[in-house]
Amino acid sequence: MDDRILLAHGSGGKLSHELVQKKLLPFLANPALNKLDDSAIFEASGRLAFTTDSYVVNPIFFPGGDIGKLAVCGTVNDLAMNGARPLYLSLSAIIEEGFLLSELERVVQSIKKAAEEAEVSIIAGDTKVVNRGQADKLFITTSGIGIVPPGVDISGANARAGDKILLSGTIGDHGIAVMSQREGLRFSMALQSDCAPLNKLVSQMLEVSSRIHCLRDPTRGGLATTLNELARQSKVGIVVEETKIPVKEEVKAACELLGMDPIYVANEGKLVAIVDPADADNILTRMKNNSYGRDAAIIGEVTKEHPGKVVMKTKLGPSRIVDMLSGELLPRIC
Amino acid sequence: MKFIDEYRNSELAEKLAQKIASRSTKSIKVMEFCGGHTHAILRYGIRQLVPKTVEMKSGPGCPVCVTATADLDKAIALAHLPDVIITTFGDMVRVPGSYSSLQQAKAEGADVRIVYSTIDVVEIARANPEKSVIFIGIGFETTAPTIAASILKAQQEKMENFHVLSLNKLTPPVIKALLDSGEVKLDGIVCPGHVSVIIGSHPYEFIPRDYGVACVISGFEPLDILLCIDKLVEQIERGEPKVEIAYPRGVKPEGNRKAWQLMEDVFEVGEANWRGIGIVPHSGLKVREKYEQFDADKAFSVSLKPPREPEGCRCGDVIRGAATPLECKLFGKVCTPERPVGPCMVSSEGACAAYYQYGGPENLPGF
Repeated sequence: MDDRILLAHGSGGKLSHELVQKKLLPFLANPALNKLDDSAIFEASGRLAFTTDSYVVNPIFFPGGDIGKLAVCGTVNDLAMNGARPLYLSLSAIIEEGFLLSELERVVQSIKKAAEEAEVSIIAGDTKVVNRGQADKLFITTSGIGIVPPGVDISGANARAGDKILLSGTIGDHGIAVMSQREGLRFSMALQSDCAPLNKLVSQMLEVSSRIHCLRDPTRGGLATTLNELARQSKVGIVVEETKIPVKEEVKAACELLGMDPIYVANEGKLVAIVDPADADNILTRMKNNSYGRDAAIIGEVTKEHPGKVVMKTKLGPSRIVDMLSGELLPRIC
Repeated sequence: MKFIDEYRNSELAEKLAQKIASRSTKSIKVMEFCGGHTHAILRYGIRQLVPKTVEMKSGPGCPVCVTATADLDKAIALAHLPDVIITTFGDMVRVPGSYSSLQQAKAEGADVRIVYSTIDVVEIARANPEKSVIFIGIGFETTAPTIAASILKAQQEKMENFHVLSLNKLTPPVIKALLDSGEVKLDGIVCPGHVSVIIGSHPYEFIPRDYGVACVISGFEPLDILLCIDKLVEQIERGEPKVEIAYPRGVKPEGNRKAWQLMEDVFEVGEANWRGIGIVPHSGLKVREKYEQFDADKAFSVSLKPPREPEGCRCGDVIRGAATPLECKLFGKVCTPERPVGPCMVSSEGACAAYYQYGGPENLPGF
């Protein structure tokens, strides 16, 4: 086999077959996938959660992860944010002609590793190859199915006045790590993306409390956008304290340099939990015992004032509105 | 973070706020010229910290906002020329012109690229010798030296496909124009920090001398701004307006001579068209004749329809400090960051965007 993806790898013929047999199956093998039938069949009972997401990150390799890890963790986390235990994923890849096979292998290895950590199986998949220039190296879409344990009712609409708001760790790590690698902006730093599967953290939180009302992972748009979504969905007000929000020094520095606010920068391994105030401390302690929740903090609370709006008490004391991210994050010009 | 946290210390801010309150007896109006200051003031809630006697107005210091609609239309027309790559700073692509925007032109097939530095433009020109690369140069004295440096670099490399549409503007002349109009009666000006790093403090001296208006150059951290307001209040209370630097870690009275010389070598001063203000003499930078091969105005000609302003948009009034964003009927309703009608809502340095993004309890209807 040549060292680059050819259009023929997507033709459905011999090369396609070889790609699946040699480059994908050995890493992702499981009984349902190995059959190579047109669809995967599995047993499941109870309330199912189902989600899908596409991954087009640029660059596809970044400090602390790559598009493969992201595609697994992102979908696993979307399931976990409704309290579901993720079980199965489908994975579909659109590959640009000329993509290096060695890079594809690196991505598949990383998919395997992430799926193992999250304890999910990839039971259905597809690959397509498009002409050079019609895709940017590699796009991946994953869908996921999970089971929601009995009694769990987590939704963005469930926040109530008086609830506490927990954040599982430092914000902005992913966005800044990716941005540090972008063409025209390259700067070197020790920062790694926080990309991680959060399903185990969530199940540990559910072990200590049945009164977790909302969970959401603040990905694109950052913490600010997630808090706004939750305030609107639940028709409540949210008040957070700037000094309580954990931000790494490197992220602060990069944001200063680029004229950005960390609350708008993307995360891929963090969650916001809105919980009953009586359980907040217990949940926080449990979160801190998980490596993905080590820096967790209570950052604010839900109020019946100003429904649909997020207010932040600034470092200096006065309050201000925190709006959703609009448009793209752009560095300042003056 | 070192050298940042010190300037955001809440105890010191509280003390400074008390000092200002105890000093301030007269009702005064001060304008922050720079959009960067407007954002910092709203982001940290500084208006809630200063006494009611100090009224703060936002000024024209947002490079995107003051770009005349006609100039924007020209940039969009250039983008539609064949074999042209347009490069510019981020916010510029989203600003609506009379009939379109650079973003819209890009969606229609034009090659429009956002750059972080003018040196990137030189690289794009080097990598695309078959294309004409035009940089839409906006900004004040802060960005002009880097644009000048890129023109010199292009000359050194004998590039034939590198061009600049110079829409660069100068700060002191437009302050003069605002004061001359008498539309907004000011007692003091929070003078721009980054601009002053380049030009120093001397170019503002006519302001206290001829207009009796206090001038203090400020940095962009909350304590910088509070210190600046304190000094302004002190000057005004004493009736002794002068130019002071409250940002000594960045600004020297003589400015940055090297950057200044670079600008003087490449550009000459001419009139400029400011959105909301109109033609202001001696307030623009034009590429000098000896570098005219790099001047997009000389190298390309485009025909333009007469410019038109969006109906109901009060960006012009906001830029002059004659209206606050909240006084515009479109604000937050028809005009939002997602669907901006005017430039002040687009730019990360625009006053409307700052009011919308950071609000503050007093700015929210029904809060």
